[in-house]
Amino acid sequence: MTAMQIIFLITAAVMLGSAFMVVTTKNLVHAALWLIVTLFGAAVLFATLNAGFIAVIQVVVYIGAIAILFIFAVMLTRRTMSETGAGLNPNWWLSAAIAVILFGGLAWLLRGWDGFSKAAPALPSGFDSVGALSQALVSPEAYVLPFEVASVLLLAALVGAVYIAFQKKGEE
Amino acid sequence: MIPLSWYLILSAALFSIGLFGVLARRNAVAILLGIELMLNAVNINLVSFWRYNDPTRMDGQVFAVIVFAVAAAEVAVGLALIISVYRRRNTVAADEIDLMKW
Repeated sequence: MTAMQIIFLITAAVMLGSAFMVVTTKNLVHAALWLIVTLFGAAVLFATLNAGFIAVIQVVVYIGAIAILFIFAVMLTRRTMSETGAGLNPNWWLSAAIAVILFGGLAWLLRGWDGFSKAAPALPSGFDSVGALSQALVSPEAYVLPFEVASVLLLAALVGAVYIAFQKKGEE
Repeated sequence: MIPLSWYLILSAALFSIGLFGVLARRNAVAILLGIELMLNAVNINLVSFWRYNDPTRMDGQVFAVIVFAVAAAEVAVGLALIISVYRRRNTVAADEIDLMKW
C-alpha cells in the first residue's frame, strides 16, 4: 500500500462521511459546511489525479462561490425550516432503497467492464497539463465554441437570477 | 498507484448519496445540496477518465470545467427561485409548494 493509496482512502472516508452528513443533518447551515468538507475532499482527489488546475478552481469556484451562496440562501430562508419537524420525507426509506439499488447496479455494471482496474499511464515527461488545458479551451479545433457558449449561459443565468430574486417596489 | 476502480466506486457512492439527498430531503435548499454532490461525483469521474485514458487529450478536464460553469449557473438560478418562493409563500419545504399539484 503506497502513500498515495493511503491518502486516497483517508480522503474517500472523509468525503463519504461528510456527504452522508450533508444529506442527513437537520441544521442546514451545518449541511452546507459539511458540503464544503466534501468539496475539499474532491479537490484533494483532483490533486492526486495530477489535475492541479481543476483542484484550484474546485476550491475557488465551488468552495469560494457556490458554497458561500448556499450559506447565504440558507440564512435568508431560515425562519421556518429548522422547526418544521423532520428534515426527511415520511417515505425516505424508499429513496434510500433507490440509492442503494443504484449504487449496487453501478458497481455490478463496472465490475463487468474490462478497463475497470486499469493503472494510470505515465505522464509524458515535461507535460504541462495546465497549458494543454488552456490551449484546448481556446483552440478552434478543440473546445472554443462550447467554452464561449458556457460563458453566455453563465451570463444569462446570472441576469435571470437577479431578475427572479429582485423585489419590486410595490410588492410587500 | 491507485487503480481506476477506486475512483469509480467512490464517485458511484457519492452520486448515490446525492441522489438520496435529492429524493428524501424536504427542504428545497437541501435538494440543491444533493444536486451539488451528484455534480461533484460526475466531475471526479470525468477527471479520472482523463488521467487513466490518454492524458495528452484534454477532453475530460474541459468537460469538468464546463460542468463547473453549469453548476454555478444552476445554483444561482435555483437559489433565486427558492428565495422568490420563500418571499411569496413563506416556506421552502418542497412538499408545501404544491400550488400546481393536481
